[in-house]
Amino acid sequence: MSTALLQKNTVRLSLVLLVIVGAVAVFAPWLGLPDPEEVNLAEKLAPSGPGHLLGTDHLGRDVLARLVFGARTSIGSVFAILLLIALFSTLAGSVAGFVGGAVDSVIMRICDIFLTFPTLILAMFFVGILGTGLTNVILAIFLTHWAWYARIVRGIALSLKSREYILAAKVAGTRGFSLVARHILPAMAPQVLVLATLDIGHMMLHVAGLSFLGLGVQPPMPEWGVMIGDARQFIWTEPQLMLYPGLAIFIVVMAFNLLGDGLRDALDRSGMLEERVR
Amino acid sequence: MTALLSAVDVQRFYRRGGIFRRGERLHVLKGATLEIGRGKAVGLVGRSGCGKSTLGRILLGLERPDWGSVFFKGKDISAKDGGEFAKFRKSVQVVFQNVQGSVNPRMTAGEIIGEPLRNFFGISKREAVERSRPLLEQVGLKGSDADKFPPHFSGGELQRVCIARALAPEPEVIVFDEAVSSLDMVVQARVLELVQKIRDERGLAFLFISHDLRVVAGLCDEVALMDGGVIAARERSVATLAKTGGATIARMLESLPPAGPGERAFR
Repeated sequence: MSTALLQKNTVRLSLVLLVIVGAVAVFAPWLGLPDPEEVNLAEKLAPSGPGHLLGTDHLGRDVLARLVFGARTSIGSVFAILLLIALFSTLAGSVAGFVGGAVDSVIMRICDIFLTFPTLILAMFFVGILGTGLTNVILAIFLTHWAWYARIVRGIALSLKSREYILAAKVAGTRGFSLVARHILPAMAPQVLVLATLDIGHMMLHVAGLSFLGLGVQPPMPEWGVMIGDARQFIWTEPQLMLYPGLAIFIVVMAFNLLGDGLRDALDRSGMLEERVR
Repeated sequence: MTALLSAVDVQRFYRRGGIFRRGERLHVLKGATLEIGRGKAVGLVGRSGCGKSTLGRILLGLERPDWGSVFFKGKDISAKDGGEFAKFRKSVQVVFQNVQGSVNPRMTAGEIIGEPLRNFFGISKREAVERSRPLLEQVGLKGSDADKFPPHFSGGELQRVCIARALAPEPEVIVFDEAVSSLDMVVQARVLELVQKIRDERGLAFLFISHDLRVVAGLCDEVALMDGGVIAARERSVATLAKTGGATIARMLESLPPAGPGERAFR
């Protein structure tokens, strides 16, 4: 599987990009960059130069430092969302699929309610209720996305339930937690992983979009959507302030999507995830 | 003498639809009674979809009957407590039809066969894999095959792995649910030879579920015909069943492919 995955040039490229971005984000505090939140009005809107490689923004903050620390916020929040979804949706979907009957119907109808609304509108609604801020954005995006995963996991659970090797394992005396750990989770994990990777880019755009609208991450915390929002008023005079975070979002989202496509081709032989329409 | 494993007046419904929709009810088993004596090989035949496999799953304890009971050594299995149920679980094993589907593709043959050993004898994974090697040899494979993954076996070999898994906990009954139907004729014959050999050596009881009368004919002491959700007839051999079984068995005989060109089976 891993060899098939690495044969694609797009996958290799995206992996290289993501490893670089990931390393930079993780080691950001040790890279010797200026404080991303330090305001210095004397140096505001400075061009690129030796002190500030990518110049400064309207408050004199170093753009490169804000980009690098912004990567931590963006990528970190997406992984937090995915972790929440992976835990909750796998549980909800498995219970629906394996227990079946009325429990299944109730969980699936709740999913239907969540799936009825466009995700961005629903996310804005939740942020409206919960208030702005990074934690609430994470919660809002989790709330708007868990139902997709729960449905997929339920589908996998249904197909696993009647699988003969699950029955054979039961006859062989495997029960409860061992059955889940040995047979059920290993069968679910690849498909959930593919789905999650395909969705990372999408969620990143959500976080950035909500932050751009002023609903998400609050200034002065560095985040790519916030940076674009801040740069809006200088679009004609200092277009690069918008270009840098825009490029950063573009590259990372693209890399995650390419990786997701590659993973899907390598892991999802059933084509089950192929048909998903957002 | 009480039968080793028996289903008494078992009924099973399947419902379609959920809580918001009145589902239609499928009455699959309408009071089926079947006994398997100690060391006996019983064939269960019937047309596709008649409920043979459902009865098999109920006898295995994988499904609960909606009515009626399953008895193991004279005791109702639904009334058994944990320890007794574990004894039943260990004693009644299964080999399924879908060979590729009945093994976890992420486990080696040794791990697959080792699974019941770990569960029933409480041994470590490594020890279980080591103990799977002689079992593999018993079913005509090599001990070193324990380290191979399912895609590296042919259909017949994989079915032998499944038979080894069923033999591992030293059971008293094995249910073969269409166990050779997905294999081609030559491989089928070899696997059946193996099954016969195991029977001679270990004196196990078998339930052989099949829609193919020829498979059952050579192997079984008794043949039960399932029709319309009940056991319609029980005879000592397929040949007697052919005389007494009526229209259903006649249709089943009719649909059998001939053993050789220009021949008719059981005529």
